Amino acid sequence: MSAAGTLPPDEKRLAVGAPIQDTRGDKIALACIYTALGFFCLAVLYPIIYVLSASVSNTKKVSAGEVWLWPVGFTVDAYKAIFDYDAIVSSFGNSVYYAVVGAVVATVLTLLAAYPLSRKGLPGKGIIMAAFVFTMMFSGGLIPTYLVVDQLGLLNTRWAMILPTALAVWNVIITRTYFMVTIPEELVEAGKVDGCSDFGFFWRIVLPLSKPIIAVNLLFYAVGQWNSFFNALIYLTNEHLFPLQVVLRQILIQTKVDPSQMPDTSKLAQLKELQQQLKYSLIVIGMIPPLLVYPFVQKHFVKGAMIGSLKG
Amino acid sequence: MSASTETRASVQATKPPAGRQSPNGHKKRRVKPAKPSVRLGIRMRRNWQLYAMLALPLIWLAIFAYWPMYGVIIAFKDYNVVSGIWGSPWAGFKYFDRFIESYQFWRLIKNTVYLHVYELVATFPLPILLALCLNTVRKKWFSRSAQLITYAPHFISTVVVVGLVVVLTNPNTGVANKLIGLFGFGPVDFLGDAGLFRHIFVWSGAWQTMGFSAIIYLAALTSVPPELHEAAIVDGASRLRRMWHIDLPSIVPVAVILLILNIGSILSVGFEKVLLMQNSLNLDTAEVIDTYVYKIGLASAVPQFSYATAIGLFRSVIGLVLLVLANTFARRFAKSSLW
Repeated sequence: MSAAGTLPPDEKRLAVGAPIQDTRGDKIALACIYTALGFFCLAVLYPIIYVLSASVSNTKKVSAGEVWLWPVGFTVDAYKAIFDYDAIVSSFGNSVYYAVVGAVVATVLTLLAAYPLSRKGLPGKGIIMAAFVFTMMFSGGLIPTYLVVDQLGLLNTRWAMILPTALAVWNVIITRTYFMVTIPEELVEAGKVDGCSDFGFFWRIVLPLSKPIIAVNLLFYAVGQWNSFFNALIYLTNEHLFPLQVVLRQILIQTKVDPSQMPDTSKLAQLKELQQQLKYSLIVIGMIPPLLVYPFVQKHFVKGAMIGSLKG
Repeated sequence: MSASTETRASVQATKPPAGRQSPNGHKKRRVKPAKPSVRLGIRMRRNWQLYAMLALPLIWLAIFAYWPMYGVIIAFKDYNVVSGIWGSPWAGFKYFDRFIESYQFWRLIKNTVYLHVYELVATFPLPILLALCLNTVRKKWFSRSAQLITYAPHFISTVVVVGLVVVLTNPNTGVANKLIGLFGFGPVDFLGDAGLFRHIFVWSGAWQTMGFSAIIYLAALTSVPPELHEAAIVDGASRLRRMWHIDLPSIVPVAVILLILNIGSILSVGFEKVLLMQNSLNLDTAEVIDTYVYKIGLASAVPQFSYATAIGLFRSVIGLVLLVLANTFARRFAKSSLW
């Protein structure tokens, strides 16, 4: 930049790597853009930071409105109380189970659907693809789906959480497009010449080349499972199978605290006192796992969405 | 068969910028002349392993997507569990009539459409604006961290977002009420006010989805050739002019497609979230078709399967019709469409 500064004004523009001089209007525009982005970021961050701070602040200070941004009267009592509440701990375990198993099942199904549909010249491909896409536009609806799950005997089993939402057609489309872009037809031909079967080709060549899209699928489905609550609401009545989101709903939104979940009665009184605090810390608990994971996969998510939008 | 595909391929080839269709056309033209004598049956047998891979997903699709579609016929029957779907007596359009004539009908339609249109108008332009801004920023670290931050709420569950709203707007302890208290306004029970429900629903939704929805526009913006910008700079176009005349037109096709999809789902608002935000005080504006279906179909003591299915079907069909209409309209006037 300093080198470019010594050049006469006309050449300054043409010098390689020199930033183009902004006009006054441009500078104002740019300032506005930065301000707008800063405002967006603040608007997103503030509630999250506030809840984090409130969850580790003294209850009375929060109720009195003394907490604005940073914790006041640091304490982790609310978090301790959470670990004494049985339903939260067990449902946390359930949620992990649903997220892991659900993501694996769904990813396997998605890959199995997407790869054949990405291959050129497979007879009937168009019809099968149409059968998938049609379900995005029209579905049987709530009650008929419920009746199917009922008839299969899945009600009140862990499978009810995993199977009905196992496949997302949108993911099949993105994954298929990824295969079409990254696995060239020549590679398939070469594999055939060398006597590789379709299974072998899929297992030894396609899968190793598709780690990013596999990661995207796994994480997408895992986050989806972790965050879903409606399936549990309609398919599960057994409390031992409840995922975290259902318990969160009971405590956060319906303000139901079940005394039988607290083995120690002295702690119950403490819990009542902490009720409001408990909500803040529960929000943090519910929010943390996906937020910890997503920065690592964000890049892949973006890539996946971009590939999807290229040829969706 | 081969003759017909060939003509179709040539028709597609002569159609000038058929863009998306053309890879198909190419495929057929390239494959066909190479092995013109291979019959369909043989080609299918050769690919049996690919079909084997498709088997599991197709079974899933049949069970969890198409079996419920068959189950939709209970909307036209007096369904009872004992006789099953097929054995129950036919009821014709009885349940549709009942729904259209019920006092709930107009209220539900009004609430659903109102909420959806408000959501669309308020939240559709935001991601576009965000993407345009992010795309203009030259400092890499700034745009990266802005993206990281604005994407974050997308990964938070609906339950937690609603929990957040509940806690922050609590009339006694919520920070929102403390904030308006500073300006001398009394505590407001935001969630208990039917008049405020829509605003809270829409703007908390904007908070959650804005960042992630911008991704697709950012993707479209990366495909803008830099020469366009360079040429515009040489011609003395300001930054805002370039955003308006180069960036914005390049994301219009994507925006149109998203708009079509959105119109198709006009009768199905983010139903989980509505259900979570409902309470007896705001039900006047917060009852939408989907939550009503859930209530009379599953949550009530005497579930009315047929009636609930009929309402659900009514909604799905209208959604499909609107989708097709919007698509036709977009194809004719905006020159971009879903199919």
